Amino acid sequence: MANLYTKKSSNYKKLGPKQETIDFLLNYSKALRVVDYQEIKFETVLN
Amino acid sequence: MEQLLQDSALVEQYLAGDEIALETLINRHSQRVYSFIFSKVFDKDIAEDIFQDTFIKVIKTLKRGAYNEEGKFLPWVMRIAHNLIIDHFRKNTRMPKFEGNDDFNIFSVISDNALNVEKQIIKDQVEDDVRRLILELPADQQEVLMMRMYKDMSFKEISEITGVSINTALGRMRYAIINLRKIVEKNNIVLTNQ
Repeated sequence: MANLYTKKSSNYKKLGPKQETIDFLLNYSKALRVVDYQEIKFETVLN
Repeated sequence: MEQLLQDSALVEQYLAGDEIALETLINRHSQRVYSFIFSKVFDKDIAEDIFQDTFIKVIKTLKRGAYNEEGKFLPWVMRIAHNLIIDHFRKNTRMPKFEGNDDFNIFSVISDNALNVEKQIIKDQVEDDVRRLILELPADQQEVLMMRMYKDMSFKEISEITGVSINTALGRMRYAIINLRKIVEKNNIVLTNQ
């Protein structure tokens, strides 16, 4: 078998945010309510 | 194009209250947005923070009903990320960060504008060199330059003392400077203190 002189970099890792960050964002989205009151928008975060 | 349409459809679904649509959107673009941020800040934690702030802004804008760029979801998110990256760098230049190690150097906070010994010696030397160069000038030019620069006299005073018109005094000053420059260039003299 022919020798291969190219070596794949072993530590190749896709860049991306942590799962915790994504979970936080999804929970934040679920908790956030925007209430309209006479042309004013109120943001409320429900825990 | 299909992807863009899907994005706008997902945005619509999210606006209608479907939280899963947001999850799909975030998962679809997270890698691209995160890589973009990371490529600018080169720090995983900071990239994570900016990524989070970007999507918090996205969620707020969507929920407020202020999003009006249909079909351009990703470029919009990227622009928010870009602005937050700029904010991050601005904040860091305004408030320089100090590493919390024990060998804290007070001189990194306060600066001393006074010349140090070496710079003072160089300054004295440069001033000496300039005086010697002035002696190379023709007498009339030398006279005007000395009065103007070292005695701080006005051209009116100079003209009265030397008995020439103000214009002649100005002309002599001009030629004095031109000739000084020529001497400096000819002899490759460096008159700077850096």
